[in-house]
Amino acid sequence: MVIECKHVWDHISEYLDGTLTADVRETVQKHLDQCEICSAVLDATRNIIILTADDRVFELPVGFSERLHARLDSELRSDT
Amino acid sequence: MLQQPPTRTEAEMIAAILAGDTQLYHGLIRPHERSVYMMALSYMKNEADAEDVAQETFIKAFRGLASFRMESKFGTWLISIALNEARTRLRRQAIVRMESLDEPPDENAKVSPALLRDWREIPSEIVEREEVRRLLQRAVESLPEIYRQVFLLRDVEELSVNEAAQVLEISIPSVKVRLHRARMMLQKQLTPQLKTVTAAPKRRWFQWS
Repeated sequence: MVIECKHVWDHISEYLDGTLTADVRETVQKHLDQCEICSAVLDATRNIIILTADDRVFELPVGFSERLHARLDSELRSDT
Repeated sequence: MLQQPPTRTEAEMIAAILAGDTQLYHGLIRPHERSVYMMALSYMKNEADAEDVAQETFIKAFRGLASFRMESKFGTWLISIALNEARTRLRRQAIVRMESLDEPPDENAKVSPALLRDWREIPSEIVEREEVRRLLQRAVESLPEIYRQVFLLRDVEELSVNEAAQVLEISIPSVKVRLHRARMMLQKQLTPQLKTVTAAPKRRWFQWS
């Protein structure tokens, strides 16, 4: 089965998660193997997911842990 | 995305805390501070309120530790508490958020990706650059709320589809659809921006040589 690019884009997320059914995956894979644009879309999406998941992107505010653990300390003390 | 069951040490720590060694609680929660704060921030929209929600979450979790069931992950349990805390606060403050007044985003509408023939992989080292981190943060922040929450849970905090559905109290198909749209929106926005940023230093260099 041959599908158009715009239908391949619908499956990119599930393709990356490995949750497509075998036949859909095969159809998508065949398209990706010969379509430069769709494989670039796939690579860019995967790359962006990897970059945003990097621990350095979203960081805690300065002093967050110190304030949290100080507050917890008084809670733990009142508990015992 | 790797999923891990509650580690033995985490389960052991919880047992020890419940048995009276409460100081262990500091160590138990350390790996979860960032995810609880991030999810609180995605609801509260400002750092001070998010920090407050996060602190309250860890205190409530400590008080309710005996009710934690090992069949879910400790981290997922904490996120559920954080989201409940955030929702309660928003209701109490009677904050009517703009997005809830607007039409909810149409989950059936398609997002077309950015089309580039010559995309090259961008290495992780790039996030050492402040401007790149800010691009990524801004893109995630600019997602409509329902997409941002799913994206953060799945792709940043690495919860499973089932866990994300559970903490957000939505169906599994909704998680999948929202995640897909979030990823496509980020691809569309970030691909051209990242290309420009990664190409910039070279251009600047040659300009002056």
